[in-house]
Amino acid sequence: MTETPPVDDWATDYDLFDADYIKDPVPVWDDLRERCPVAHTERWGGSWMPIRYEDMQALVRMVPQLSSRDPLVVNTPREEQDFDPVISEYGNSAPPISSDPPNHIPERRVILPMFTPKAVEQYRPYTEQLCHDLIDGFIAKGSCDAALDYAVHIPAKTIAHVIGVDLNRTDEFVGWVRGLLEEGTTDAAKRNKYRSIIRKFFAELVVARKAEPKDDLISHMLTQEINGQPIARNTVIGMCNLLLVAGIDTTWSSIGSALWHFSTHTDDRRRLASEPELFPSAIEEMLRFYSPVMMARRVTEETQLGGVTFMPGEKVLLNFPAANRDPEIFEDADKVVLDRAKNRHIAFGIGSHRCAGSNLARMEMDAALRIWFERIPEFELSDPEAVTWAGGQVRGPRHLPFTFPV
Amino acid sequence: MRVRVNTEKCEGHNRCCALAPELFDVDDYGTATALNDGEVPAELEAKAKLAVENCPEFAIEYVRISGEQDK
Repeated sequence: MTETPPVDDWATDYDLFDADYIKDPVPVWDDLRERCPVAHTERWGGSWMPIRYEDMQALVRMVPQLSSRDPLVVNTPREEQDFDPVISEYGNSAPPISSDPPNHIPERRVILPMFTPKAVEQYRPYTEQLCHDLIDGFIAKGSCDAALDYAVHIPAKTIAHVIGVDLNRTDEFVGWVRGLLEEGTTDAAKRNKYRSIIRKFFAELVVARKAEPKDDLISHMLTQEINGQPIARNTVIGMCNLLLVAGIDTTWSSIGSALWHFSTHTDDRRRLASEPELFPSAIEEMLRFYSPVMMARRVTEETQLGGVTFMPGEKVLLNFPAANRDPEIFEDADKVVLDRAKNRHIAFGIGSHRCAGSNLARMEMDAALRIWFERIPEFELSDPEAVTWAGGQVRGPRHLPFTFPV
Repeated sequence: MRVRVNTEKCEGHNRCCALAPELFDVDDYGTATALNDGEVPAELEAKAKLAVENCPEFAIEYVRISGEQDK
């Protein structure tokens, strides 16, 4: 990562990629909430960062003043992308996450039926078997890296299974998505490299499925219509790109953060192990407390919020993780309460861009944590210094050395 | 007690259906509806409250049935 000068004032010069902030952003949010609910920075292309829950509720409804066409938190000049021949041929959109009205809702309606609560249950047996197989691989050793030996594989293999791509290539997929969302957030060359690799992969697959449909999600998407017209090739390529990119780092982070929490909070771990009926509320509380995802909007019309004016072309960040720690909304916001009864968290975003894969992510978290607790109810972090966190667009642990009794 | 889903606000988080499947259902696009005209039997009032208080879109409302006292 590029070295940047230290932050002097987080209200006027925040740095999403500051190493201490990535490790623990909460003190910064607490400070900003008190004195400056809308922070600003010139770093990483410049952006505004509101902090409060009610601001997030307002921002997501500012359509069309805030556009979704460029949802990454780093403000990238558009021309930087236009020279890539793969992007010129196959486009750079990721519908529906990067869509605005009037296309947004019709495009979103192509994928929503594939991710209803009932629809995602068909993938549960696959995910559960996968969790067991992963644990079989390390349980006899009494140790593992819970991020790399367990958490990462669950969303990567599940989404590959859902889309209908080669399950033997999931390590490659993880590398591409990390290249784009982790290394790529601060390195434009890497971002473009991995963006092109993913596009090209799906472009070839779309051609293949068009010629010879299979019983999979890509083939199904190719039969869909948008506004009465057959869906465009590049729309399907963009949607597949979205499912892969949005489906891996995010849920990996959620599962990893939850395991990190229980490895470092013995009381909570014991309580969940002995009261499995708490899984549903505990999972929601993990989503609230360790919300992994931030999104961004591009200003298209002069808009005001919290005493500041957003000008056309500027970027506004949707800090859902900070909103989920807002004491105005959540009682004991800074405490994990496994049986929290009132939890209107917005880890999956809110408004018309609510995460389309939220039901799949919840199913994966549920399977991953239940099966882990069933088979390894006692575990601890063996080397806290070795834990690393990814941050920026998606925050979660990338190394989690655990030990457990054999 | 009766509940209603404001479908203009509902964005398909599915929290209501997960917490109170006896009272809510969701369609293919995630939009929730209250079952049985939103009527909540006494034994499900606690579940209805959970659904109301966990909706991130503030889309579920209590509806007063005429003749009923405020709770």
